[in-house]
Amino acid sequence: MLKRTPLFAAHQKLDGKLIEFGGWEMPVQYSSIVDEHLCVRRAAGIFDICHMGEVLVTGRGAEGLLNETLTNDVRKLAVGDGQYSQMCTENGGTVDDLYVYRIAPMEYLLIINASRIDIDVAWLQERICGSPHRSGVIFEDASARLGAVAIQGPRVASFIDLLFAGPSLAGAAADRASSLKKNQIGAWDRAGQRIWVARTGYTGEDGFEVVAPASIIEDIWTSTLAAGHSACIQPIGLGARDTLRTEVCYPLYGHELDENTSPIEAGLGYFVSFDKGDFVGRTALLDQKTNGVKKKSAAFKMAEKSAPPRPGYAIFAGGEKVGDVVSGTQSPSLSAGIGMGYVPPAIAVPGTKIEIEVRGRRFAAEIVKKPIYRKA
Amino acid sequence: MSSQVPADLRYTKSHEWVRIAGDAATVGITDHAQHELTDVVFVELPAIGRKVKAGEAVAVVESVKTASDIYSPVSGEIIAVNDAVVQDPALTNSAPYAAGHFFQVRLSAPAEVDSLLTPADYAKQIGA
Repeated sequence: MLKRTPLFAAHQKLDGKLIEFGGWEMPVQYSSIVDEHLCVRRAAGIFDICHMGEVLVTGRGAEGLLNETLTNDVRKLAVGDGQYSQMCTENGGTVDDLYVYRIAPMEYLLIINASRIDIDVAWLQERICGSPHRSGVIFEDASARLGAVAIQGPRVASFIDLLFAGPSLAGAAADRASSLKKNQIGAWDRAGQRIWVARTGYTGEDGFEVVAPASIIEDIWTSTLAAGHSACIQPIGLGARDTLRTEVCYPLYGHELDENTSPIEAGLGYFVSFDKGDFVGRTALLDQKTNGVKKKSAAFKMAEKSAPPRPGYAIFAGGEKVGDVVSGTQSPSLSAGIGMGYVPPAIAVPGTKIEIEVRGRRFAAEIVKKPIYRKA
Repeated sequence: MSSQVPADLRYTKSHEWVRIAGDAATVGITDHAQHELTDVVFVELPAIGRKVKAGEAVAVVESVKTASDIYSPVSGEIIAVNDAVVQDPALTNSAPYAAGHFFQVRLSAPAEVDSLLTPADYAKQIGA
């Protein structure tokens, strides 16, 4: 039985086409992927991200525990700041990639991938048991209690304040939601319930992610569609979520990242803080950073008319197979096939000519700089 | 969204349509199928002269999200393909029964046509 989010009835009402994603029954599209994609690039869209997990780590040991467990340095976070991070194995493989928000001096909200909730929760609990900070850490998997929506697009800031009135009540100090800076998170109250609003997203556009009790998520969804009506807001499915993030080369767990792939190989070394002290995977990651990696993530664009590249297609260079596509699609913004794949570092250089094999035929492509799409 | 099911065509369970004229069958995908796929971005058609069997995968249509095989509803030889839809795959969405058709087959077993779905059968299958 697939899990359903608190917005399932809303998706049915909007005639969303439902698919399975990470054990969840989720809308892949409402109108069409291209239409929804362009709507987010040009105006505004709202996404159901209730399937994602929320974990709260609280207490005087929270900072120490997170810094032992995650790659980034949570000490960089002022109250009300968020950062992207990874959680790695001792071998440097990626358990999950996540966002960490410091919502109070000793309280952190982690947003984790839907398909990884059970694994992450077990992993974190095991780390806590083995940590010297264990007596000072309170851990809660709040994934069932909390839901979330993402409101993304260049016109979102024009109506977000209609939804969350007045100044923030906790987290980052902001006189209104639209005053939050990129990566900041603040709290507002709605119907007597605490809501967290972060200026983050997964589309490459300006926008907000809203975390709230599951019981009021449908009200937030409906109110957002009403508040954003004059900004041409549309509901956006997972199809466009994938094309939007692929254009800007954001990793998707299970594609760019898995337990056999490190953040260094994925080109996410910026989020690995080697100078903060020891953390799980540090030795392996430092070795990769110092001595190099065998495979490296690269973005590519098709150089001729072809079928869209897809995950699993082979990448060729100089007549030999050099890697595999991990994400691929037809870019609605560029009207060309684009993707990401893993290749030897010597190949992962912008300008390198490669070929993508589609049903036995090879098509010309070129390694390009990330992100593949940049706002004009 | 209600889909068109023209009365002068025959259909397959896999959402192809067939228009018979003499010993030639023109084949495409239905309005329902293009609604389901949305945003067709690539069409790959068989080589002219290829002998095909009914039910054989002979073409591929790709939307942003997925690649789908297209099956020949009838047996015979491919005698024409629609280059216009290869050049402009969006014709599959805008005119599935006309400019967005895929290919023509010269029938080698015309009796097969009788076993294809009638418009009423197909409309029932898609709940139209």
